[in-house]
Amino acid sequence: MTAEVFDAIWLTARLATISVVLLLIMATPVAWWLAFTRSRMKIPVEALTTLPLVLPPTVLGFYLLILLGPAGWLGSWWVSLTGDTLTFSFTGLVVASMIHSLPFVVQPMRQAFQDMGTGPLEDAATLGAGPLDRFFSVGLPQAKRGIVTASVLGFAHVLGEFGVVLMVGGNIPGRTKVVSIAIYESVETLDYATAHMLSAGLLLLSFAVLVGVFAVNRSIPMKVGQ
Amino acid sequence: MSASRLDLDFRLVRGGFELAVSETLTLDGVTVLFGPNGSGKSMTLRTIAGLESGAEGVVRFEDTDWLRSDTDTFVAAYRRPVAHVFQDARLFSHLDVAGNLEFAQRRAKGDGPEVSRDDVVEVFDIAHLLQRMPQGLSGGERQRVAMARALLTRPRLVLMDEPLSALDVQRRAQALNFIEQIPERFQVPVIYVTHQIDEVVRLANQLVLIAGGRIEASGRSADLMSRLDLPPFTGRFEAGTIIEARVKNHNAAFALTELEVSEGVQVEVPFLDFPVGEMVRLRVRARDVSIAVTKPKGVSLRNVLPAKVEEVQAEADTAFAEVRLSVADQAVRARISRASAHELKLEPGKAVFVMVKATALDRRLLTRR
Repeated sequence: MTAEVFDAIWLTARLATISVVLLLIMATPVAWWLAFTRSRMKIPVEALTTLPLVLPPTVLGFYLLILLGPAGWLGSWWVSLTGDTLTFSFTGLVVASMIHSLPFVVQPMRQAFQDMGTGPLEDAATLGAGPLDRFFSVGLPQAKRGIVTASVLGFAHVLGEFGVVLMVGGNIPGRTKVVSIAIYESVETLDYATAHMLSAGLLLLSFAVLVGVFAVNRSIPMKVGQ
Repeated sequence: MSASRLDLDFRLVRGGFELAVSETLTLDGVTVLFGPNGSGKSMTLRTIAGLESGAEGVVRFEDTDWLRSDTDTFVAAYRRPVAHVFQDARLFSHLDVAGNLEFAQRRAKGDGPEVSRDDVVEVFDIAHLLQRMPQGLSGGERQRVAMARALLTRPRLVLMDEPLSALDVQRRAQALNFIEQIPERFQVPVIYVTHQIDEVVRLANQLVLIAGGRIEASGRSADLMSRLDLPPFTGRFEAGTIIEARVKNHNAAFALTELEVSEGVQVEVPFLDFPVGEMVRLRVRARDVSIAVTKPKGVSLRNVLPAKVEEVQAEADTAFAEVRLSVADQAVRARISRASAHELKLEPGKAVFVMVKATALDRRLLTRR
């Protein structure tokens, strides 16, 4: 294995882990809100968080490039803050991955919160638990299965993304060259041995991850037995 | 335990149904909120608990406003010293029984009397369940844990929403024993929602009748049960009255127990395992009572009691009439044919005899006072 291939794998692992951890922190309140709100904003917000699922990655990548570029409002703010650009950087990739994978994290958690329903929360309230307490000591443990599913799907989705990364991050070894791009490059340069190795690796990993998700979904009981 | 006062004066609209309650309840022992399905019982209970955010008006417990729309006062459910036992028990599935109890104990929000875990574990007989997960418990066990957990919050008021509806007859009888003990053992009043008449007989010290989103009547259960306007709540088949009586004597040879309704007025029922002198309530269904204008002789009915007609009400469009009578100051109702009422010339004030089949005094419906 060449150092460059190893760099791509290490970079991908870091990208997926950081993106998913940040996504979980930010998407959980959104999923909670979507599950329980009666606000009129629910439908537009739901559509917005699902948008990355249906948009071609190139469309998403194009807008992100505009937004994160030195002339975009997020990108220029970042430049003035750090002196570095967001595009073609690891940080930019994290932002792009988070937006791209948002639906994969929000949806399973929202579903889990909805399945739990308001029953256990009302129950907790009558036992003296305030809103934050209810979220942490009842909501999160009851939605455990959904949170595990969300993390795993989010992780796998970041591993597999290609178009958005290429548009926003380019192909800089050790900085933005992730496994999926390394595969593309290997094929382009007729380096089929590396392409095989990386592709098979991603295939096996994705399969293992999905087996894990389904196994977990089976073993964690969700509802108060009726 | 001294009585607590609960002022209710609120309105709540939900999906085209309007609940409007205006009543001051004096809570002492068990107050049963009784009415048909869809009459607003659960919504009333949820409003008291603070689980209905749409309610407008006043909910006041003793001197504390829990809800007061004109001053925008709303005490959130988790701050009200109220425990709620739900129909489906709602134990936390991610915690074992001990964990469920601890959840409540750690957050004990009320300032009611001190309650220890050992107390509730003993009273509700759940020591052997502590390490089990809720999913593995039977319906009755789950309700016992839910009651234990509710009391650990040290509530000033316990609300129970049809907690027995998921249980079979035998488990219900068993669970009733536990519920009955709560007010005295834990010094806390209970508001209990049900549409089962036998639970009313068994538990109610006070009764609140609710129908169509309105409170129809409230008061001592023995007083209310005799009212002729009960059928909307019970259905005619089950309508009846409650009589209070004292266990006078056991007749072992015939497996009978004699109950004294008042001086010289006695009824016999199949043997009851209660000590002599104990007060019991018995429910007499209107359809099991017949009327004679002269004292009958040579009949197999053993319970023939002197009575006075108070009111005769013909049921429109049927062959039947409801007759309200008094037997030694206690109310009894009879459902007889309109033709008989006419032939016997029944009218208020007339002295008659009522006959009740001993077997009709259903033992299940008897309870200690």
